[in-house]
This record gives sequence, C-alpha cells and structure tokens, in this order.
Amino acid sequence: MHHLCALDDVVPGEGLRVTTTSPPVAVFRTDDDEVYVVDDTCTHQDASLADGYLEGCWVECPLHESRFDLRTGAVDQPPAKRGVRTHAAQVVDGQVWAELSTDAPNLPPGVAGSTAVASGVTA
Amino acid sequence: MSPRHVVVVGASLAGHATARALRDAGYDGALTIVGDEQHRPYDRPPLSKGFLDGTLAAEDLALEDADDTDLAATWLVGHRAVGLDVGLGAPGVAATHCVTLDDGTVLVADAVVLATGARARRLPAHLGGDLAGVHTLRTLDDALALRAELVPGSRLVLVGAGFVGAEIAATASKLGVDVSLVEASTTPLAGPLGAEVGAAVAGLHAAHGTPLYCGVPVAGLTGATQVDGVLLDDGTHLPADVVVAGIGSVPATDWLVGTGVPLTDAGAVAADADGATAVPGVWAVGDCSAWWDGDRAAHHRTEHWNDALVRPRTVAASLLGLAPVVTTAAPYFWSDQYGVRLQFAGRRTGDEVLTVEAGSLEGGDALAVYWRGHVPVAVLGMGQPKLFNRWKRSLGVASVAA
Repeated sequence: MHHLCALDDVVPGEGLRVTTTSPPVAVFRTDDDEVYVVDDTCTHQDASLADGYLEGCWVECPLHESRFDLRTGAVDQPPAKRGVRTHAAQVVDGQVWAELSTDAPNLPPGVAGSTAVASGVTA
Repeated sequence: MSPRHVVVVGASLAGHATARALRDAGYDGALTIVGDEQHRPYDRPPLSKGFLDGTLAAEDLALEDADDTDLAATWLVGHRAVGLDVGLGAPGVAATHCVTLDDGTVLVADAVVLATGARARRLPAHLGGDLAGVHTLRTLDDALALRAELVPGSRLVLVGAGFVGAEIAATASKLGVDVSLVEASTTPLAGPLGAEVGAAVAGLHAAHGTPLYCGVPVAGLTGATQVDGVLLDDGTHLPADVVVAGIGSVPATDWLVGTGVPLTDAGAVAADADGATAVPGVWAVGDCSAWWDGDRAAHHRTEHWNDALVRPRTVAASLLGLAPVVTTAAPYFWSDQYGVRLQFAGRRTGDEVLTVEAGSLEGGDALAVYWRGHVPVAVLGMGQPKLFNRWKRSLGVASVAA
C-alpha cells in the first residue's frame, strides 16, 4: 500500500494531485465522502484530472471535457479514447492509501511516466 | 428516409467526428470520406506546440482509434473535391448529389456533409509572400516544413500575434530560435479577449524575452528569392531567416462557388443551427461553416476545435432524422504559450465589465470574468484550470456577487 495524503488534504467535491507516485495520481473525494484514486494525467493530452470538475463518480478533464468514471476508469466520449488507470483506495485513520495498479498506465503521447514507484512511503 | 450513401467531404476533426457520429447514431449505409491531404485524420492543435518542437510524432496526432479505424467507410485521402452538383429531388424522392474529385471521380450521394475546413491566409505575393522561407501553419506538412527551418540561432519573425503566432513564438523560442512578432493592431488578441486581457496575454512574450512590435503594419518582406527580413511601415527592418504568417484563415469553400450552396460574405457555408444548408441533403460543419447563431441573429463561424468535435453529433441527428441533439455548452477554446495554459469560454460582445477573481493580469496568472450586469458571460483563465472550469459552469447565470 502506498500512502498518498491525509483525507483532510482533499476538499470534498474536489481532487488532489499527488506526485509521490510515478506517474502522479489524483485523489478524489466525492460529496458523499467516497474516495477514489486514478492516474492524474488525462489519457488524451497533458492535463491534470485533479483540476477537473467532479460530478458524482465522474471527473471531467479540464482541457477537453472527456469524462472518466472514477470507479472503473472508463471514458465516456472523445477526444480521450482510452480509460484512465484506477488504483484501489483505502482510508485508514484519516489517511488515504492506495494499492497502486501494476497495469500499464494509459498516458498520453509526449508525457514521461512509468508504473514504477519513484518515491514516497510504501507499506 | 435514411440515406443510402453519405459523402463526407473533409477528413479532419469535423469530418472524422461526423463519420463517427453517423455510425454511433446507427447509420449502417454506405459512407465515403474525402480528404485533400495525404494523411488520415489527425489533430491540428499540437502542430504549433508539441509536434513543432518534436515531442510528438505524426502517429501521436492520429484521431482514429483501434475501434473505429475505418468506420466501415471508403476513405479517399489525397483527393480534393472540385465540384458539387446538387440534385433537387422530388416529392417522395430523395435528392441525389454528385461530388466530383480532382481525378475525375464522381461520387453519387443522397446526403453530403461539407467539412473541408479552412486554409491559412497567406501574405500576398506583392508583399513577398512567395519568397522562400515564408511559411503558414495549418497542416502537418506545413509543420514539417517549418520545423526543418527552426534551427537554433536562426531568426524567425511571426507576422501576426494571434493564437497561432503566439504559440509558434513560444515553441520556437524554446527551440533556441531568435523570435520576434509583429502585429498590425495596437493590442494582440483584442478581438477575442478584449484589449485589457489581450495585452496581459501578449505580456507573456515580454516576460519571456520575445520582442513584440504592435500597431505597425508590415510594408513587405525583403529578399531576392529567399526572405531576409520584414520591413514595417515605420521603416523598421527586422532581419529574418524564416517568416511565418499567422494572419487568420479562410474557409476552404472556393469549390462551392456557383453550386447553389449558399455562402456567407466571408465565404463560409451558411447553415442553420443544425448544420443543414438551404440545399436539402447538404450539411456543413467545422471551420468551413457558419451556423446560425440565435444570440447574434447571424451566421457565425467559430473555428473552435471543440465545435468541430461536438457539432457533428448534431449534424448526424439532423441528417438521419433523429431527435435533435442540442449543444448548449458555452463556446470554448484554449491555447498553450510558454508553459501557460490559456482557456476562454463564453460569448463577449465587447461592452462587458471585467473583474479579476484570482491571480493578476500583470502576473500572467489571472482568472478574469466578463460581466454583463450581474451575469457572468465569459471567463478567461491563465493557468487556472480548476477555477476556470467552475466559472465556465456559472456562465449565463445571474449572480449577486457581481
């Protein structure tokens, strides 16, 4: 498990970009207080999904408005063609942890990144 | 009556999105896509950014994905449409239209979607526009030709400091090119953004050491066969190895003159709010078209990437006689310059009151809102994606916070 942030670091209804993973991930906290973790970079072009608009369990990319289902990573409409990689999130004692996926990330062309954990606390 | 053969003329974003929208909407008849470039559909915005600096390769720009590689369509790329004979049809009988290609091929269709896009406006020959080293940037091939000349230490002058010129300037300076911009108007981008915001965005050039000459028209380019400089009306001579004209685009509709398909004064295909032209069975979408805009009470050509992506869904529904697909989202565009992401949404007419809700215009990190009374009608963000998207959703809704 990888420690990402404190739950209080994430405003309800918003996302937080966490860069202690590589590639960076986005932690979303819904208005219903559900927590989801996905890769932060949109699969279409270099944009931070943590900056996107969160509505229910969906986040809209802030650049081109493709929406991703935070539960599955699925994308609803172009321009993004591929889903975003999801990570299993867990909140323990007010801290957000994730089991980082070992699947290959769907990063857009021109963005450096790998599935390797670059730094941060690993448990 | 569902058509039996749809011809989409244009194989860029709008044409490809139309083909996909038709298939998504259940159309299973014949589909032909004609494109005048040699390339399969690709995305143009990176041409002045990631593709120009070599971060992205041509295959990274592909618009097609594994699921829709051919959309069960006949692809005629590398062919330009040169003629359209519109049939009038008869009661109960669909009109039959004929599209003629440059190799003499005639495509017979009962529905035609015009999505030929636009061409870059060129500097006229009498000003030196035909000299070697003078470029425009619209196509992948244009970008390849320009990229080959943007070697470190070379001198580039951009004629026009609009979005394309500004993006090329930012990219070229990153490549180690000695860049200057010239702009005929006193403030770049004053048309789309207003003078105050336009000046702030243009300030990015100064902040990154790129000279910008405003308010002085170009008298002409200098050089015998190869361009060697840009001469301004006030006598200033800017030495140049490469010149790019970023002075707008014109709809690629010359082939439609005299066909009976109505064009606007500016040469765009006039269409209604569903993309239908006055000729039954002929639709138009994307940069070649000017759809009826109820707010302006006029046909309006937007040239926004988003419209070319989204409006084809409206066209497909109209063409197939399905329930209308109405897009209500505010017009939106973005631009990346010097690492700053600019985003604009909404409709401004020029008499709005501007407020800066976060950051500052001078600091190059503003979130600026354009108000008409107590209603926010447009928003501009400079590196403010989160706030921008929140404000975008509140456009058109009266606020007491004004």
